Amino acid sequence: MTNFVIFPLLIPLLTAITLLILKNQIGLQKIISALSLIVNIGLSLYLVQIVFENGIQTHELGGWTPPFGIVLVADMFSALLVLTTNVVSLCCVLYAFRSIGEDREKFYFYGAVQFLITGVIGAFLTGDIFNLFVFFEVFLMASYVLIVLGGTKIQLRESLKYILVNIISSALFVIAVAYLYAVTGTLNMADLSARVSEAGQPGLLTGIGLLFFVVFGLKAALFPMFFWLPGSYSAPPTAVLALFGALLTKVGVYSIFRLFTLIFYHEPQFTHEIIGWVALLTIVVGSIGAIAYWDVNKIIIYNIIIAVGVIVYGVTLTTPEGLAGSIYYLIHDMVIKGALFLLAGAIIVITGTSNIKNMGGLIKNHPQLGWMFFIATVSLAGIPPLSGFIGKFLLVQGGLESESYTFVAVLLVSSLLVLYSAMKIFMNCFWREPKLTAQEEKGTTKGLLYPSAILLAISVFLGVGAEFVYPYISMAAETLMDPSVYIQSVLKE
Amino acid sequence: MEILMSIVAGILVTIAVYLMLSRSILRIIIGTGLLSHGAHLLLLTMGGLKRGTVPLLGEEAASYTDPLPQALILTAIVISFAITSFFLVLAYRAYQELGTDDMDKLRGNENND
Repeated sequence: MTNFVIFPLLIPLLTAITLLILKNQIGLQKIISALSLIVNIGLSLYLVQIVFENGIQTHELGGWTPPFGIVLVADMFSALLVLTTNVVSLCCVLYAFRSIGEDREKFYFYGAVQFLITGVIGAFLTGDIFNLFVFFEVFLMASYVLIVLGGTKIQLRESLKYILVNIISSALFVIAVAYLYAVTGTLNMADLSARVSEAGQPGLLTGIGLLFFVVFGLKAALFPMFFWLPGSYSAPPTAVLALFGALLTKVGVYSIFRLFTLIFYHEPQFTHEIIGWVALLTIVVGSIGAIAYWDVNKIIIYNIIIAVGVIVYGVTLTTPEGLAGSIYYLIHDMVIKGALFLLAGAIIVITGTSNIKNMGGLIKNHPQLGWMFFIATVSLAGIPPLSGFIGKFLLVQGGLESESYTFVAVLLVSSLLVLYSAMKIFMNCFWREPKLTAQEEKGTTKGLLYPSAILLAISVFLGVGAEFVYPYISMAAETLMDPSVYIQSVLKE
Repeated sequence: MEILMSIVAGILVTIAVYLMLSRSILRIIIGTGLLSHGAHLLLLTMGGLKRGTVPLLGEEAASYTDPLPQALILTAIVISFAITSFFLVLAYRAYQELGTDDMDKLRGNENND
């Protein structure tokens, strides 16, 4: 069935449109948005399976053959990310049911979430560079709405900055597409790849590639372009923050992977060198931020920056193991960042503050929350039975094989600092003398814990069931290593 | 002709950068408008400004201008139009709630929310 690729994209779009009609029926909105995500998880599982069995699936929109029409391409990398996106979104939406409040729900909260998911999945599936821009704008527009919805002072202040940064990077995206079109005369990624390799990637194309790197670096919060992220992500409520932290920067990471493994891979000694150093500095800056703060959300936000650096470095590794490690770490990170933000949100609900110094002794009244946070922490740092370990292990292996010893050292030291920063939250919030008695607590965690329990279970499964998961990941890495597979399945030469 | 257009686009981007580095929100929004003008003009220029008639098959001409950049610009224009209107309303709301249009006064940390 060649039409199958479009369904994971179509379902959130149709759901979003339906939810716009049902403004005041909040109960119905909740049922529809959860149901559509569950259906979409099923569909994307099936998509992963058919890509695994039959190779890359393409869907030519309108029946126009590429490079003349827009084509949707699902290779293993995109299919896995689509699946992860749906799972994480489902958990964030479940968390929102109990936490987001009627004021926001009545003003199209769930509709905006579905549009965000549409944009993210579209960006993962598209095979056309201008279409990628359009899907970026779809999820950015939804994210503008979600970041400001509620209209508190801090949200208004931070969303002004967030929107400004993204307008600038979108304009740069348009300019980069204009340059690329002028040089190659095509917008289809597979066709671009073929033409760039015919031309042997002269300096002009390398420059355009670096302009794209700046654009996606701004979206993914890489080292000199990460400055907007800590402020903006401290504004929205927890459910939105978890959705942003798990999905938005990762789309930038995905685009960097796609572009530098498919199109601009001919001058690695120049482009990949720059990417490598930027990624290393991103890890360093993220680690500094993560150990500097005494604010629960700020610490996890800087952990996003560290993880983005670690994953992006994977582009420069020359072995399939390195790339597989990067992909594994990407999927692990989407899951675990979602879980961490949701758990941190539950802590903030109980204590009414995000400052670690004002917390203490939560383990007495909230043992489940405490031990779940502990598991999330050790999984984040990469302790063996859990999912963070395998990604980092493969990355270290790939780094040693590619002789990137600096990277291996930075990765291992940063893991320690990640563990320190997350343990700082655990030890200060959950141990020590209790600061609040059961009566003084600001809110209840009823219904807030099971979404993160689902995510943690997936994280444990990714770690313990690595034997089962690894063939999929390694297939994704092999497709990324060999662009001709992608080109042949799209252009059908 | 392409060189002239590139210079014009460059001037637009220069002014946009200058305006976006200023303190008033409205000047910043004018800057984003000019930036998207610059980007759209560049998209048109980079598609090639070769002579040809408008891309309408009814014209039955020997050569047409490239229709693809025009479609891309049309898409980019509506997107930036939507974002600009959202940004303007947001700036208005922020002015109502926060009582200032000076970006320097919108700085802050957790203590002065």
